[in-house]
Amino acid sequence: MNHDAYDDNYIRGILNSVKSIAMVGASPVNVRPSYFAFKYLAQRGYDMIPVNPGHVGKSLLGKPFVASLADIGHPVDMIDIFRNSSHIMPVVDEALTLSPPPKVIWMQLGARDDAAAEKAEAAGLKVVMNRCPKIEYGRLSSEISWMGVNSRTLSSKRAPIPTQGMRLSLNRMSVGGGATAASDRAAKNKSEPT
Amino acid sequence: MTDRLPGFSTLAVHAGAQPDPTTGARVTPIYQTTSFVFNDADHAASLFGLQAFGNIYTRIGNPTTAVLEERIAALEGGTAALAVASGHAAQVVVLQQLLMPGDEFIAARKLYGGSINQFTHAFKSFGWNVAWADPDDIASFERAVTPRTKAIFIESIANPAGSITDIEPIAEVARKAGVPLIVDNTLATPYLIRPIDHGADIVVHSLTKFLGGHGNSLGGIIVDGGTFDWSKDNKYPMLSEPRPEYHGIRIQETFGNFAFAIACRVLGLRDLGPALSPFNAFMILTGIETLPLRMQKHCENAKAVAEFLAGHSAVASVNYAGLASDKYNKLARKYAPKGAGAVFTFSLRGGYDAGVNLVSNLKLFSHLANVGDTRSLVIHPASTTHSQLDDAAKVRSGAAPDVVRLSIGIEDKEDLIADLEQALGA
Repeated sequence: MNHDAYDDNYIRGILNSVKSIAMVGASPVNVRPSYFAFKYLAQRGYDMIPVNPGHVGKSLLGKPFVASLADIGHPVDMIDIFRNSSHIMPVVDEALTLSPPPKVIWMQLGARDDAAAEKAEAAGLKVVMNRCPKIEYGRLSSEISWMGVNSRTLSSKRAPIPTQGMRLSLNRMSVGGGATAASDRAAKNKSEPT
Repeated sequence: MTDRLPGFSTLAVHAGAQPDPTTGARVTPIYQTTSFVFNDADHAASLFGLQAFGNIYTRIGNPTTAVLEERIAALEGGTAALAVASGHAAQVVVLQQLLMPGDEFIAARKLYGGSINQFTHAFKSFGWNVAWADPDDIASFERAVTPRTKAIFIESIANPAGSITDIEPIAEVARKAGVPLIVDNTLATPYLIRPIDHGADIVVHSLTKFLGGHGNSLGGIIVDGGTFDWSKDNKYPMLSEPRPEYHGIRIQETFGNFAFAIACRVLGLRDLGPALSPFNAFMILTGIETLPLRMQKHCENAKAVAEFLAGHSAVASVNYAGLASDKYNKLARKYAPKGAGAVFTFSLRGGYDAGVNLVSNLKLFSHLANVGDTRSLVIHPASTTHSQLDDAAKVRSGAAPDVVRLSIGIEDKEDLIADLEQALGA
C-alpha cells in the first residue's frame, strides 16, 4: 500500500479499533515527545504500556515499564515505535513473534522503514509510518484545530468538550480524502532518493 | 462513511467551524477574552510546554481566531495557519523564523509599496538584507541567490498594476537554492490562485483586503504549505535546533509538516506580540463566507471597467491582465482562469495633473489607501502608497507619475463606468 499518504478512513479505522498500545521507546522525561504522546493517548482512554529496557523498575503515569514486547505478558492491539528508522526492523521482528501478534505497527513522525512495513503487512498487520498518533487523533477529532491546524475534516454537529479519559468522535467528514496534496507530494519527494 | 471532496464554497462557509460545544451557537462565537482557565497545575504546565492542545492566552491563540486559521489553511490547501494583526505583521513573523542577522532574502521588485518600505528600511535594522529581482525575468532570481539567501518572496498578483507572477519557475529557483518560496496571495485570494499548488511553501495574506472584503477589519495570516524540509543542513535553526524556552524541543521533529506554523506562533507571535483581535477574526470569518461570490463579481466588474477605459480617448494605457491584449493575459489564463483580480492601473494622456484631477472628480469611487473593499476605490500611487520611492523606483514598481490605481468593488458596473466617464470628461 501507499505509505506517502493515508486515507483518513484508514487512520480513523485504526484509532477507533485499537484499545491497547505498547509504546517502544517511551521516555519518562516529561519534555520528550514520547512522554507527552503517551500521556495524551492515555488521557484519551487507550490502555498504554511503556516499553524501554533502560527504565525497568520505574513507571510512566502509573504504568510500569517493561523491557521488551515479550515481557508485556498479554496481547496488545498496536505497537507505536518511538525509535529512529534504523531501529525499526528488530522491533517489527519481535512483534511478529508475539502470539497473537498485534494488529497494527505504527512508526512515529520521522520514522520510516519500508522493508519492515512490507514484512508486517505480509503477516497481515496494518502499518502506519511517519505519523504521530497524538496528532492524528487530535486532527480527526478536530481537537488540534485549537492550534490553527487544518484538520481536513468538517462537522455540523456540536463539538464535545474534551475532558480527561474521554474518547472523542473521530467520525467527521474528511476533506479531500484526508490528503493535503502539497504536503504529501513533498513527503514523497523526500522519501525518494534523488 | 465515504469521504468526498467538498468544493471551495463549502470550505469557505464551513472549514474550521462547528457549533459551539457549550451553547450550540451555530455561528462561531467571539471569544473576547484575554485568557483561559487551566484545569489544574499539570494541565497548565502541559500547555506551556506545547505538550497539550488548548488555549492559554489570546496573544498565543484564541478559539475564534483558530477557526479563521483553519479555514484559510483549508482554502489554501496548507497544513496549518497563524493569524496575526496585519499583513505587515505576517511578513515580520515569517522572516523572523527564517533569517538571522546578516542573512538575505530575494524579493520581487513589483510589490505593495508598504512591503518595499518594510523590506528596505525596517528590516535593515534587524540585519535582514533584501536583494531585489524582476518577476518578469526569472534569471534575475537565480542571479540573486547567495549562500546567505534564506527565502524568496513574491506576490501572486502584484501590486499596484495587477500583473501576474509566473510562480512555477520561481518555485523551481527556490527549490534548487534550498530555500522556501513565500507568496503574498492578498490580491488573488485562494479563490483565484492557490500558490501552494504551484510550488509555494508559505503563503501570506493581508486579510484586510478581499478575504475580509468589507474594509472594516485589519488582519494578516501565514499559511504553512507543509512542503519544506526544515531539518536539512541546519539552515533554519529556529525549526531544527532545540529550543531553550521550550525545554529543548525541536519544532520540526515534534510538529512534522505543520512545524513552520507552530514556530510562527510559539516563537514569533508569542514573543513579538502582533496578535489579532478576536472581534476582527469574527468580522473576517463572516467576510470569507461570501468570498467566492464576491470575487466573481469583483472580477467581472473589473474586466468591464478595464474594457471601458481601454476604449476611452483620455486614457493612454490600461494594465489589466484580464484583457486579451495585456502582456500578462497568458499568465492570467494559466494561474487565474476564474478572473484576473480587481486591482489594476491605467495611465492618462494628461499625466500627473490629469491623474490628480480624475481622483478629485470621482463621485462613487472613494479616494483612499486600501484595496479589496466592497466599495470601488481609487488612488494615485505616485503621490501616496509609492511616494517614498524615487522616480526610477516608482516606474520599476509600476507606479509611474501618470498612473492611477483602481480597486473595483461589487457595485453595479454601469454605475462605476458612468462615474469614470463623467470624471474623465470633467
